[in-house]
Amino acid sequence: MKWIMKAKKERGAKLIVIDPKFSRTAAKADIYAQIRPGTDIAFLGGLIKYIIDNELYFKDYVVNYTDAPFIVVPEFKLPDDLDGVFSGFDPKTKKYDKSTWKFELDENGVPKKDPTLKHPRCVLRLLQRHFARYTPEKVSEITGIPKDKILEIYEIIASTGKPNRVMTECYAMGWTQHTTGVQNIRAMAIIQLLLGNIGMAGGGVNALRGESNVQGSTDHCILFHILPGYLPTPKATDVDLKTYIKNYTPITKEPKSLNWWKHRPKYIVSLLKAFYGNYAKPENEFCYQYLPKRDENKSYAWLNLFDAMYNGEIKGFFAWGQNPACSTANANKVREALAKLDWMVTVNLWDNETASFWKGPGMDPKKIKTEVFFLPCAASVEKEGSITNSGRLAQWRYKAVEPPGECKPDAEIMNELYKRIKALYEKEGGVFPEPILHLNWNYGDEKVDTTIIAKEINGYFTADKVVKGKKFSKGQQVPNFVYLQDDGSTACGNWLYSGSYPEEGNMMARRGKEDPTGLGLYPKWAWCWPLNRRILYNRASVDLYGKPWDPERPVIKWDASKKKWVGDVPDGPQPPLALGGVLPFIMKPLGVGVIFGKGRADGPFPTYYEPVESPLSKNPLYPKYKFNPLAKIFKAKPVDKLAIHDPRYPIVGTTYRVTEHWQTGVMTRHMDWLLELEPQIFVEMSKEFAQEKGIKSGDKVIVKSPRGELWAIAIVTERIKPLKVLGKTVHVVGLPWHFGWQWPKDGSGGDSANLLTPDVGDPNTTIPETKVFMVNIEKA
Amino acid sequence: MINLEILIIYKIFKLAFCSEFFKFIKRDYKLAKYYKNTFKNGGEKMKLTRRDFLKLSISSLVLSSFSLDLSSVKAYAKELRIKNAKEITTVCPYCSVGCSIIVYAKGGKVVATEGDPDSPINEGSLCPKGSSLYQLVNNPYRVLKPLYRAPYSDTWKEVSWDWALDRIAKLVKETRDKYFIHKDEKGRVVNRIEAIAHVGSAALDNEECYILQKLMRALGIVYIEHQARI
Repeated sequence: MKWIMKAKKERGAKLIVIDPKFSRTAAKADIYAQIRPGTDIAFLGGLIKYIIDNELYFKDYVVNYTDAPFIVVPEFKLPDDLDGVFSGFDPKTKKYDKSTWKFELDENGVPKKDPTLKHPRCVLRLLQRHFARYTPEKVSEITGIPKDKILEIYEIIASTGKPNRVMTECYAMGWTQHTTGVQNIRAMAIIQLLLGNIGMAGGGVNALRGESNVQGSTDHCILFHILPGYLPTPKATDVDLKTYIKNYTPITKEPKSLNWWKHRPKYIVSLLKAFYGNYAKPENEFCYQYLPKRDENKSYAWLNLFDAMYNGEIKGFFAWGQNPACSTANANKVREALAKLDWMVTVNLWDNETASFWKGPGMDPKKIKTEVFFLPCAASVEKEGSITNSGRLAQWRYKAVEPPGECKPDAEIMNELYKRIKALYEKEGGVFPEPILHLNWNYGDEKVDTTIIAKEINGYFTADKVVKGKKFSKGQQVPNFVYLQDDGSTACGNWLYSGSYPEEGNMMARRGKEDPTGLGLYPKWAWCWPLNRRILYNRASVDLYGKPWDPERPVIKWDASKKKWVGDVPDGPQPPLALGGVLPFIMKPLGVGVIFGKGRADGPFPTYYEPVESPLSKNPLYPKYKFNPLAKIFKAKPVDKLAIHDPRYPIVGTTYRVTEHWQTGVMTRHMDWLLELEPQIFVEMSKEFAQEKGIKSGDKVIVKSPRGELWAIAIVTERIKPLKVLGKTVHVVGLPWHFGWQWPKDGSGGDSANLLTPDVGDPNTTIPETKVFMVNIEKA
Repeated sequence: MINLEILIIYKIFKLAFCSEFFKFIKRDYKLAKYYKNTFKNGGEKMKLTRRDFLKLSISSLVLSSFSLDLSSVKAYAKELRIKNAKEITTVCPYCSVGCSIIVYAKGGKVVATEGDPDSPINEGSLCPKGSSLYQLVNNPYRVLKPLYRAPYSDTWKEVSWDWALDRIAKLVKETRDKYFIHKDEKGRVVNRIEAIAHVGSAALDNEECYILQKLMRALGIVYIEHQARI
């Protein structure tokens, strides 16, 4: 917020806040719009229409750096043609056959383009036709935002389509926790591409990520579908390493595309070397068969995991620094699922609702078989290591004190567990012990030296090797991922972090304050992946000759005399596009920013659907499909229940956070200072709604959904107002989700708002729709 | 907060009558003069280190002629508490902005924490959570020993690390050996186990995240998730 206020004061920046409630940020905004939860694509679709209809897009950028001029095959059909779905939709399986989602190719296999952007089947014109029905009137009727305010916001945002103006966009769970979550973000990415705001100083689409190291934990891929560095986890169909490499290494026929993922074989082989050391050899596919292969038709995502647990398929469970009994949508289902386990290991600083689920509300410990372990771990200042912030900046943290009592750093707990499991397999034998016995794991006997791990993540040479004319010897750190090999001569735990700990030392611990660009990039403060590049896709910030679109705030520029880039670390050393260089979006096979997103499960363009639980009986834009037909819906009986236009639940509910608490509150409810500031769960509601229900501020009320209920203290406020949606009044209430029954001890904090939320998920990510659900409220 | 202010006023009185305070004022007066001259003479932009910044804010106590400027006194009070303390930097464990925090430790205890003015990310600012880091470390509610809840029991029991880790290792092996899937129904080698699941965590350091997923994958687990998915 500090920097936003500075931009407002020093550069006259405008702050626009769009949120279902008037927040502390909204209090500082130039314009605030209260939006009905879950209607973002209507709002953003209307904005895309406004930008294209009024030709306010950044034409040079759009023509050269995006797929807007590419021509799509005539077989492709829009929801406009097919009553709400794209071509290829199978109503039985509720999946798309994507064979019509493709470009027309020329004789060289490269997409045909129309640089004039006039062809009716070019991406830009299809996009325009797709959003033609998203008029300001319609957007206003759906979102509840008055039409004049919508147009005022559209005008300001569209004004950044000029080379010397830029907009940055910040979002958080308010966009991701929807059954259209991925498409919410895509809609903004499309807007930023149209306005030429990607790769620019002060541009981008920025996730305000949640946890202190959620960027790092995602980069290291504690996720079912990816291995460290965003390498896909193998499926059963990827029968051997050769097939895996073939399936996941993109090829391109576009001569100006760098197509960076062509290096994937080097990254997977180096990862296998980091996992299996000397056991990983070319003749055994570098131990590729040691990696578990997932069922290609099955999802192992968070919601699926707890569904499987509820159905008794999971016997043992690790909850490491997590509190799913409060953090998961439909939390009652999770709490019941935990009772079906044989054993559970929890690692945390404090006891919590997950570890103690067996004595929670409605539970009878005498009937619960689950064997539960609570392992106390060290806090962040009681150990040493790095964490990565939202801006991909990995910063090193030092140890200040020893952990109290018998608490151990997490790395030591992992080390102990591994050593004991390995010893058991050595002693007793067992099923397929090789991946355990052959694991490359030497991080210290008792105390773990995390710098050894950081060096493995960076990567090292496992043999003497000459790369790019430089001689390296066995055991030497690789300078960065450009030097990684696919022949087994390098090991690297995560190619994206290669360069963070080279021979020169720990780059993440740097504290240099130089700012040569004047843009606040601070290239010697800690270290940023990839290659310490501070702004991704920065080649898009210059014209075809390497001249910055905005000469006053250059991220990089081409120095023609020295034949090199100056400024930030460029996306590759190649010269500018017109001087024999490469296209700016180097991770994409076609080298350009993607507007036509054919990789998505639910359509190449964002399309407006109502939330699964909504106050409307129909989707006002596509009456045939009320909610995302691909939304993931679980049907475990009797816990999975939905209120789909159910008169018993007429109020729209949403959840959010307060500054004083954190996530499920385990890390803040145990802090007396913070608990004093925000002691218990509340529900915010408008004056009009409170009057209708006879509720006063401070009253205890019961909030109910089909899945659960909880008490909360009513806050009657101006911060939420009734909305006019399609001529009718819609009431919205909001609750923070930081509370739980286990602490404070006397139960005075209340319980988790996720007892109310539905476990329905986005078709691409399976992130639950916890930001919109239907409730009812009564006085307690 | 009221308590804090009473404490500060109490400290002001205490300080005003101790000789150390006058020594301090003398030292600070010299410092203040030095900075004043630097400001006057410095044609180029002055660069302040974090230490200088702290000293400067203490000096403002003197410059403000003993008016009750609480912020300065707070800084002075802190200076005493952190005297001879080990000083390390950390990054806030809450959200992912990445604010830097200075942690002062003395006698194996964290005695103070404050926003790190040297960090270009937060320049010393912290939100209520980051400002409370001190209480996270010095926290009476932490669990200090491994706990165990036996099947059908209604209480936690304290156990030793050795016992807990051995028991967990045994359960992991038993479950893995019983439910391991070497080949699927189509005869393809899959080497996975679906009967053990793992979640967490974005609260861990990068190095821990890396070895944690390495361990879980070596066991053949495919239900590997964490809060990035929710």
